[in-house]
Amino acid sequence: MTTAMSEKAQRQPVEMPAQAMPASSEQVALMEKVAIRHLSFFYDQNRALKDISLPLYDKQVTAFIGPSGCGKSTLLRVLNRIYDLYPKQRATGEVLLDGHNILSPKQDLNLLRARIGMVFQKPTPFPMSIYDNVAFGVRLYEKLSQSEMDARVEAALRRAALWTEVKDKLKQSGLSLSGGQQQRLCIARGVAVKPAVLLLDEPCSALDPISTSKVEELIDELKSDYCIVIVTHNMQQAARAADFTAFMYLGELIEYGVTEQIFTNPANEKTQQYITGRFG
Amino acid sequence: MAQETTLHHTVRSYDDELKALDQTITRMGDLAEAQLQSAIQALVRRDGEIGHQVVQADARIDDLEHQVSALAVRLLALRQPVAQDLREVVAALKISSDLERIGDYAANIGKRVIALAQTAPFKLPAGIPRMGWLAQKIIKDVLGAYNDRDAEKALAAWQSDEEVDETYSGLFRELLTHMMEDPRNIGACTHMLFIAKNIERIGDHATNIAETVYYMVVGEPLDAVRPKGDSTSSMTLPPPERV
Repeated sequence: MTTAMSEKAQRQPVEMPAQAMPASSEQVALMEKVAIRHLSFFYDQNRALKDISLPLYDKQVTAFIGPSGCGKSTLLRVLNRIYDLYPKQRATGEVLLDGHNILSPKQDLNLLRARIGMVFQKPTPFPMSIYDNVAFGVRLYEKLSQSEMDARVEAALRRAALWTEVKDKLKQSGLSLSGGQQQRLCIARGVAVKPAVLLLDEPCSALDPISTSKVEELIDELKSDYCIVIVTHNMQQAARAADFTAFMYLGELIEYGVTEQIFTNPANEKTQQYITGRFG
Repeated sequence: MAQETTLHHTVRSYDDELKALDQTITRMGDLAEAQLQSAIQALVRRDGEIGHQVVQADARIDDLEHQVSALAVRLLALRQPVAQDLREVVAALKISSDLERIGDYAANIGKRVIALAQTAPFKLPAGIPRMGWLAQKIIKDVLGAYNDRDAEKALAAWQSDEEVDETYSGLFRELLTHMMEDPRNIGACTHMLFIAKNIERIGDHATNIAETVYYMVVGEPLDAVRPKGDSTSSMTLPPPERV
C-alpha cells in the first residue's frame, strides 16, 4: 500500500504563546497535529475563507464557532478535502498534517480520508448491518482475518461507548438504532480505520439532550487518542466540550484561544458580542 | 424508552470539577478552623511566636479563595450549571468569602497577641477562650453540614451563634469595668476587646456559611429571623464612683 505521507513523520513540539496555554493545572505538552497556514477558500469567485492560520493540537478538542455563513463548516471540509467532490471549489495556502501539505495535488485523497475521519450532523449509517457499518471502511484499506475483523469491530464499538448496547444484535441493520446510537455508530465507523484526526460537523444538532451528553462524554474520552475538531452553532457545547475555540466571522478567524479564556475574557470585542448574544 | 437516572453527570469531567470545588472549600474551612484554634492558643499562652505563625499562615487561605473564585468562574462559563449545580457553585463563592474573612480575623488576633506578649502579664477573662471554643465549634459544625449537604445540621449551627454573641456582651461589660477600675489596664483590655469582637465576627461569618449551606441544599433562603445576642451597641455603664 503506497502512502503519500510517511507514518513516521517528524512531529515537533510547539512553543505555545502564553495566552493559548491550557488553564488546567495539569500542564500538557501540546503537539501540533495540523497546521493551517494562510488558507483561503473559494466557491467559484466567492472567497469564503480569508487567510486563515491556526493550529490543531493532537489529543485536544478544537471547536469552530460563529454565526451562520461564517465559514466554519467550509474550514472543516477543507481538512479532508471533501470539497474536491465539487467543481469550482478550490483552496490556496497550506494545511500540514504531520508536516505534509494535504492540499498538494499529489495527495492521495482516499488515504487522506482514512486518516481524517468525518462525522456529519445527520447520522448517516450505511444501509447494512451494525457489524458491516464498522467493518466497511476497514475492508477498503486492510486485509484482516475474520477473528481480527471481529476484534477491530468490537474495539471500535467499545471506543464509541456502543458495544454493550449492540453486542447481541450486530447483524441487525444500523438503521434500527436510535438517533443517538446511530451517531455513535458513525463515530465507531470513523475510529475503526484508526484515523489521526476526527472531524465532527455539528454532531449533536439532531440529538436530544441525553444523547448529546453521551456524545460529549465520548468526545472527552476519545480525545486522549485523537486530534478532534468540532463545528458547532451551539456555543455552549463548545464551552463544555472543547479545549480550544476558534471564533469565525464572515470567513475570517477573529479570535483563537483556550476555551476558558474565550468564554471568560475574550480579547476581541466581536467575540464578546457574539458569545454574550449581542450579535444581529 | 425509560431512561435511567444516576447521581452522576453523564460527562464525568463535570463531576470532577464540582468535586475539586468542594474539596477546595473543605481545605479552606479546615485551615480557617485551625487558624482560630492556634490564635486562641497563642492568646492563652501569651505566645507571640505562635501569633506570628498565625499571621504568616493567612496567605494560604487567601490563595485558596483565589482558587475557588477561578474554579467557580470556570464552571459558570463552561458548564452553564443550573438548579442544584448552580446553587453549589454560587454557595462555594459565598462560603469562600466568609472563610477568607474568618482567616483575616484569626490573623488579626495573632497580631494582637504579638502586642500583648510584649506587655505586662494580665488576667485573661475566661470568656475569651470560651468564645473562641464556641466559634470553633460553629465552624466545625457548618463545615460538617456542607460536607454532608445537611440542612438540619446547618440550621442547628445557625442557631448556636446566639451564645457567642451573649458571651461577647458579657465580656464587653467585664473589660470596660477593668478599664474603669485601673487605667493601667486600658492597653491590654483594649486589645482583648478587639480580640473578643473579632471572635464575635467570626461567629457571624460562620453563621453566614450556615445560611448559605441551607440555601444550597433546600433551594430557599432561611426564613427565620437571625438570633442576635450582641447587645453591646446599646450598652451603657455608670461611671465609677469617686472614692
